[in-house]
Amino acid sequence: MSTETATDFTWNYAPAPEAKDHAKIKKQYDLFINGEWVKPSSKKYYNTISPSTEEVLSSVAEANEKDVDLAVKAARNAYEKVWKKMPAKERAKYIFRIARMIQERSRELAVIETMNGGKSIRESRDFDVPTAANHFFYYAGWADKLEYAFPNRNPKSLGVAAQIIPWNFPLLMAAWKIAPALATGNTVVLKPAESTPLTALKLAEIIQDCDLPPGVVNIITGFGKTGAAMVNHPDVNKIAFTGSTDVGKIIQKSIAGTNKKVTLELGGKAANIIFDDAPINQAVEGIINGIFFNQGHVCCAGSRLFVQESVAEEVIQKLKSRMETLIVGDPMDKNTDVGAINSKEQLLKINEYLQIGTNEGLELFQTSCKVPAKGFFCKPSLFIGAAQSNRVVQEEIFGPVLTIQTFRTIEEVIEKANNIPYGLSAGVWTDKGSKIFNLTSKMRAGVVWANTYNKFDPTSPFGGYKESGFGREGGLHGLMPYLSF
Amino acid sequence: MKADLRNSPVVDQVGIEERVARFNTRSLKKQTKVNGLKLALSMIDLTTLEGKDTEGKVKQMCYKAIHPYDDIAGLPSVAAVCVYPKYVKTAKQALEGSTVKVASVATAFPSGNSTLEIKISDTKFAVDNGADEIDMVISRGEFLKGNYNFVFDEIAAIKEACGKARLKVILETGELSTLDNVRYASDIAIHAGADFIKTSTGKIQPAATMPVTLVMLEAIKDYYFKTGIMIGMKPAGGISTAKSSLQYLVMVYETLGPKWMSNQWFRFGASSLANDIILQLAKEKNGVYFSKDYISID
Repeated sequence: MSTETATDFTWNYAPAPEAKDHAKIKKQYDLFINGEWVKPSSKKYYNTISPSTEEVLSSVAEANEKDVDLAVKAARNAYEKVWKKMPAKERAKYIFRIARMIQERSRELAVIETMNGGKSIRESRDFDVPTAANHFFYYAGWADKLEYAFPNRNPKSLGVAAQIIPWNFPLLMAAWKIAPALATGNTVVLKPAESTPLTALKLAEIIQDCDLPPGVVNIITGFGKTGAAMVNHPDVNKIAFTGSTDVGKIIQKSIAGTNKKVTLELGGKAANIIFDDAPINQAVEGIINGIFFNQGHVCCAGSRLFVQESVAEEVIQKLKSRMETLIVGDPMDKNTDVGAINSKEQLLKINEYLQIGTNEGLELFQTSCKVPAKGFFCKPSLFIGAAQSNRVVQEEIFGPVLTIQTFRTIEEVIEKANNIPYGLSAGVWTDKGSKIFNLTSKMRAGVVWANTYNKFDPTSPFGGYKESGFGREGGLHGLMPYLSF
Repeated sequence: MKADLRNSPVVDQVGIEERVARFNTRSLKKQTKVNGLKLALSMIDLTTLEGKDTEGKVKQMCYKAIHPYDDIAGLPSVAAVCVYPKYVKTAKQALEGSTVKVASVATAFPSGNSTLEIKISDTKFAVDNGADEIDMVISRGEFLKGNYNFVFDEIAAIKEACGKARLKVILETGELSTLDNVRYASDIAIHAGADFIKTSTGKIQPAATMPVTLVMLEAIKDYYFKTGIMIGMKPAGGISTAKSSLQYLVMVYETLGPKWMSNQWFRFGASSLANDIILQLAKEKNGVYFSKDYISID
């Protein structure tokens, strides 16, 4: 017997895979229109895969203009005949029911979210699904209190909302869109992203089980063309889009001259600023959480790190060491920190940016982890010694790639942080309260986190400045885009 | 290296608690769990620090330290036994021939409210009787008063009195009130010569907690990054389940790395933890739990 154990104890965590047998995925999904599953008039279906294994999970319908028209008509009909007339407190009950049903099926939703989207089960289980349920709970509470939210302004619903959501938080984005729309008395046609339709379709099943009046929520699948048809449909009153800035600009052009209201939540390139008086170890954690959360597929990801010169060396050393402890791989494993990149196209785009940064002469650091041979994976990456003019600093990469710049003075960092076409979010790390207030008031960003990062709550509004879009989602402010006064 | 303790970094409590929550979501299964439990067992400082301690109790505990549970082959012995100075000789004799170390609390444990002379002679008495390790307490009163130099000098003086014995410095974090204080006290102890920093005496609540331990591990890590010198860590008091010991190990592994995963650098100060680990290891081996009555309570 000995008391001394080996000094280099390696402790690879044994696989701890989440079971998937309870997750029911149909072989084929039709369009959810007017409370029923309807075959697409295009007769076309396409496969949706798991980005971590590349296996086909299901095939889903591709909606064409006719299908979009059918969905909008169903929504219009439900709006005029049922939803508009329903007492607000009755509407609220339905929304509560959806929230509770999401909670009841949270495990299945989390598993499907991870299978279809590639994000780690830890995140879909602990963040995506509970936050989605919370959004429904929160907005259910507002439904019969709109007069109190906007006193003397006589808030009225708009009609039919066309909602197009991205692939990074498929279920959560659906909740962000549907919950306030229903609470304010609108009906909905929602299109999930082409690569991640499954949890939205699961939500359609939940909505069916909740006995929501037919046509109040319609969920249709398809590609960009389907989305364009939704945007251009003459009977749509409101467009809510979350996605890329390029598409946002197209939407903006195509609705010019119409009466459609619009909210756009677009790209971002957030500055995460670390001062020398910050709690450095927690700041390092915040950097990790800011950029590697959801593989960096977060519009508000803290992708531009600004570190005060005097602590730069220390922060970079600690950051590298911390990155080495990230577990990259099978997203279904409960211990995985960083899962799969959402699609092959996205992985190619990220790899292209890694090449661009290297060609620009930046020092690239990647963790020494092994990534699975199958599926789309990217090692957590850092570009050290970046400058404001580097393309990897200016353009949104939407992947686990962080650029590091240093600064000396507070004026300098404010100027650099704001010197970007985007303005969605920012982070600031310092122990000094006055510095936080000084800086946050000067940041041109919709959300500024102090001594934390990537925190979301249904009660808190979210949205951007400049090319990051306009309109707010979440909180009291999130009701306004769905109301006329 | 010149110690500049004015720049002891600040700690963000919310961030610390979030990090701890992340460690606790790690899922340890099968061989990983068994390896972790065996390692945790080998890291225990089996402790009895009561006014009613007897020589007999100490002897029994020493036997248990060498033979935690003979029905399971290949179990390690624990790291050390931890006793009052009066019982160091007894423990030393009982452990002769084994690798189990004798640790002794000293310096007017647990309050530390005595003179430096008495603390030094307390330490010397334990060392002269054969203690391999000394667990001292800092003067929390002086620390909270802001008399940091006093605390530093006292630790340095005890370190000198320890000679070859390794010095563990107990911060008694339950009395320090803030994580910033825990961090500052850790830095003072490390720079003053501690070989180990330790959370608690076990006499004050709260004793060891994961957030407090994480702050101390960060102090150790920062010192290692700056100097390349390794310092040990010992959470003590309140860790009684196998599951929580694994959570601590995950925290050490992911904060300090594999080098610290040995009882030379990490210890648990605990009395009932060993039995729960044995229970869980027996369950892993047999597939079912058995009654606690099958495990001796020494």
